[in-house]
Amino acid sequence: MTIQQQVSKAAPVEFKQVTKVYGRDVTAVDEVSLRVEAGELVTLLGPSGCGKTTTLRMIAGLEMATEGQILIGDTDVTKLPATDRDVSMVFQSYALFPHMSVLENVSYGLRIGKMKKAEILERTERGLEIVGLSGYGSRLPSELSGGQQQRVAVARALVLEPQVLLFDEPLSNLDAKLRRQVREDIRDIQTKLGLTVVYVTHDQEEALAVSDRIIVMNDAKIAQIGTPRELYDAPVDEFVADFIGEANLFDGVIDSVNGNTAMASVNGISFTALARELSVGPSRIAIRPGRILLSAAGSPNTMAGKIAKATYAGSHMEYKVSTDVAELFVVSDVESGFSEGEVVSVGFAEKGPVLLPGSTLSTTAIG
Amino acid sequence: MNRTVGMWLVIGLVGYCLLPWYVLEDGFWSTEWLLDGYPFDTDYAPALFLITQGEKLWLSPLLLPLLLPLLSPLFAHSPKQRANVLIVAGVSGLAWLAIQGLGIGLRGWNFDALTQLFGALDDRQFGIGFGGLFLTATFLFYLTTGVAGRGAVNGDVFVVGSIGLIIALVGVFIFFPIVQMLSSAVRDNDGVYSLSVFTAKFFENKIWGLGCLTGGTRCGVAWNSLFLAVLVGFSTTLLGLVFALVATRSGLKRGNLLRALTVLPIITPPFVIGLAIILLFGLSGSVTKLVADIFELQPTRWVYGLPGILIAQMLSFTPIAFLVLIGVVEGVSPSMEEAAQTLRANRWQTFKTVSLPLMRPGLANAFLLGFIESMADFGNPLVLGGNYDVLSTEIFFAIVGAQNDQGMAAVLAIALLIFTLTAFYAQRRWLGNKSYTTKTGKGDSGAHALMPKRVMWPCYSIAAIWTLFTLTVYGMILYGGFVETWGLNNTLTFKHYITAFGISWNDYGIHFKGSAWDSFWTTLKIAGTAAPLTAMLGLLTAWLLVRQNFAGKQAFEFGTMLSFAIPGTVIGVSYILAFNVPPIELTGTGVILVISFMFRNMPVGVRAGIASMSQLDKSLDEASLTLGANTWRTFTRVILPLMRPAILAALVFSFVRAMTAISAVIFLVSAEYNMATSYIIGRVENNDYGIAIAYSSMLIVVMLTVVAVMQFFIIRSDSRSGKSARSAQSI
Repeated sequence: MTIQQQVSKAAPVEFKQVTKVYGRDVTAVDEVSLRVEAGELVTLLGPSGCGKTTTLRMIAGLEMATEGQILIGDTDVTKLPATDRDVSMVFQSYALFPHMSVLENVSYGLRIGKMKKAEILERTERGLEIVGLSGYGSRLPSELSGGQQQRVAVARALVLEPQVLLFDEPLSNLDAKLRRQVREDIRDIQTKLGLTVVYVTHDQEEALAVSDRIIVMNDAKIAQIGTPRELYDAPVDEFVADFIGEANLFDGVIDSVNGNTAMASVNGISFTALARELSVGPSRIAIRPGRILLSAAGSPNTMAGKIAKATYAGSHMEYKVSTDVAELFVVSDVESGFSEGEVVSVGFAEKGPVLLPGSTLSTTAIG
Repeated sequence: MNRTVGMWLVIGLVGYCLLPWYVLEDGFWSTEWLLDGYPFDTDYAPALFLITQGEKLWLSPLLLPLLLPLLSPLFAHSPKQRANVLIVAGVSGLAWLAIQGLGIGLRGWNFDALTQLFGALDDRQFGIGFGGLFLTATFLFYLTTGVAGRGAVNGDVFVVGSIGLIIALVGVFIFFPIVQMLSSAVRDNDGVYSLSVFTAKFFENKIWGLGCLTGGTRCGVAWNSLFLAVLVGFSTTLLGLVFALVATRSGLKRGNLLRALTVLPIITPPFVIGLAIILLFGLSGSVTKLVADIFELQPTRWVYGLPGILIAQMLSFTPIAFLVLIGVVEGVSPSMEEAAQTLRANRWQTFKTVSLPLMRPGLANAFLLGFIESMADFGNPLVLGGNYDVLSTEIFFAIVGAQNDQGMAAVLAIALLIFTLTAFYAQRRWLGNKSYTTKTGKGDSGAHALMPKRVMWPCYSIAAIWTLFTLTVYGMILYGGFVETWGLNNTLTFKHYITAFGISWNDYGIHFKGSAWDSFWTTLKIAGTAAPLTAMLGLLTAWLLVRQNFAGKQAFEFGTMLSFAIPGTVIGVSYILAFNVPPIELTGTGVILVISFMFRNMPVGVRAGIASMSQLDKSLDEASLTLGANTWRTFTRVILPLMRPAILAALVFSFVRAMTAISAVIFLVSAEYNMATSYIIGRVENNDYGIAIAYSSMLIVVMLTVVAVMQFFIIRSDSRSGKSARSAQSI
């Protein structure tokens, strides 16, 4: 088993207008089209019930699409059951067979084909080596820690050299400290072996950290596809802005547009932002809590605000600031030291505010 | 042609060309036919040899659908077309098998219409044998493979095949006999269809008469049965609740003794309690004599009739109600009771307003179970009935008595079926999904509130008295086997055991000369054969119900659980009516006993399977599938090994139930295949109580041993694989 072989097996996944309906009228996935390139790690991200797990299970063949077409590599697999697809999956519960040893678990998929015993053993050992569990082969899953079980599940999926490797919320059963470690391990293995990976999570931080690209889903549809940076810096609508990191949302006005750049203003503050094909007129604006600047009252290009609540959070200070526009959530460094009731100037950092093209104007402020 | 189809083609060819087509007179396992004229003797000849000799030419059309899949590459080009060819082959093959089997019987044409149409047929045929069985299987799996090929259940051949197999088995061994029975109810004794015969019999005074209300004559058997069943339902539910409360809410140490007592009715042949009641309260019973001596009264036969049956059934079925209700009582979430208490309710108010209403569906469930069990019970009314006739025993007497009126038996069976099916339907319909209790008990901590005092003391006393009574009854059974003649000559003796289970040595070695050995070994053999088959059938069904999705799943579930509501006497009668003549000739064989046990006890296996399979994380199956294993391999390599405790439980339970069954058995036993229970009933009818009781004690001891040994294995395998299974779930 060389790394090259694995790279050559990794295949792209494509959904063409795929719909999944449960029962008569519960639409879990609604006309979704997407493409995952070979050797890429793509995350399906969204709140629970958004259809991300159903999408993943349709790639695996554990659910059958009601309509549309699913391609893996160049093959149409829409009607193919899980058994016949070259796809492996790491389950949320790991689903290690409790009556089999680690070695038997990892070699389970290999033993189904007509492979020679020696080769099975070699590839199994190799798989355990990749996840750092050489020498654990004879243990039962119940004799391993949660993190180790997780790695056995990864090894079991890896040794089949699948065209696509799927992860269904693989970190949700691990404690916080282990999560960072394991997600880095998964990313390392994926880049080293050049695997195509589709990864489901509802944790936006996890998604930002591991992905090449993220597909944000909401209400059975795709909300936005992009690199972590694109999603964070240029969310397409209020849902994405708020789901990826936190955002303050309010209404403003675009005063002029010049190519890619727009001049906009909110309550006396004027700023430049990416135009994003918007035209002059009212617009929704999002800004991250860390990109709002607080200073002593009376600074230029600011608006007036009053500290409604100040919370000490260890590494930073969190403020709620009442302004004429909305109540803003602001994060600043510990040194800032404003106190409740104090009157301050509220300004925006350079490239802080983002114009949201996908949102309809509303008067409610979120965040 | 794929491998599955090829395999079934070969099996079908073996059945058609090599194995004897008709049933073997010498028994299922006999090999005599190999030496006695095979393959040319028409009794033993395979179908191919029959038709080449110009005999039974109606078997020749079967070759066409058998070989059709071989020809399909000639005209079927897409996978869908090939699947259609398989469906056509399967359906036409099965249809022709049914048509010729039902149309031509022991006396030529089975229907007058056929005689008129084709003229008299001076040929005949027996029931189908190995050859016919193999070919039937081939056609069935042609059909299911074809259906799978058209995309049913994601094209899974194994799943569709299993569904088809179970539907076919349930159809042939539950629905077909019931339909035969219904049809015999609307025929007179000469076999002529007539609805008036049915209505005359069905609405006879003997069944529905209300004489007892107006005084004078007795009420009809249907009312007797209904009255008894309602009484038993109520009293067992009440007693079961009392025991469940004592076991969980009394602050006593866990009611382990109570739980142990629940094993008793499972291992007790149903009429044994009745025997013990006779020993206590009969004309020469201990209690009767004691009371007669003290109060100088004339001993009476009061216990024979409603009082006796009621007591015996309460003793028999209270543990079942207890098993149901202990789950219900434990399932009421303690946090709800605690919530009530923090809202200022005292113990009695909490019990009355929260705990009891939450248990209501469980109570209704226990009542219906007791009702069905009482309706179906055959042994106790047979032993204790006196003049109080109930449906289940009347069915038996209609067949074995001087009248030998199969039509009447069928009519009575229909009346009985109406009651039990109504109760079964009510249970599924109203209570199936209505449960307030937490099933897993997960995520709820806290302790159950103790019973309020005004409930606690009555519960304690009732439970204590009833426990004492139960222990006395079982003591009687064990002791009674050592008494010369109960009530008349109370000297202790081994006589009964020696008569029944004597062993001696002769020139050939050990010699089982006791009169009971024959039926004892037969019982072990039949129960031992039935148990693994029952467990397999039950677990396969459970797997399909829990893990697979397919159209018509609800109807499938209803059909497989239905046999639970069909009383054994009804099964017995319908089997006699359905399997006495070709195409399926089974009466008088051991096979019919095995089959009746399989389908009587299948719901038990299904329930055990469902319970333990719902504990297994579904992602285990899915993991296996995504790793490239097919459903067959997933079932055998992942599911079955993890279900070992459930398999053992299903094995033990079906074994023990087969050992203790009487109701269906009594119709199906033959001189060659006599079972322990029917032997004992025979002794009771001869007033030979000593041997009957000695034999019963022996059975109880044997089964206790079996249960204990199996329990040991279950605990061992549970601590090995079960523990890891649980820990895998908990993370």
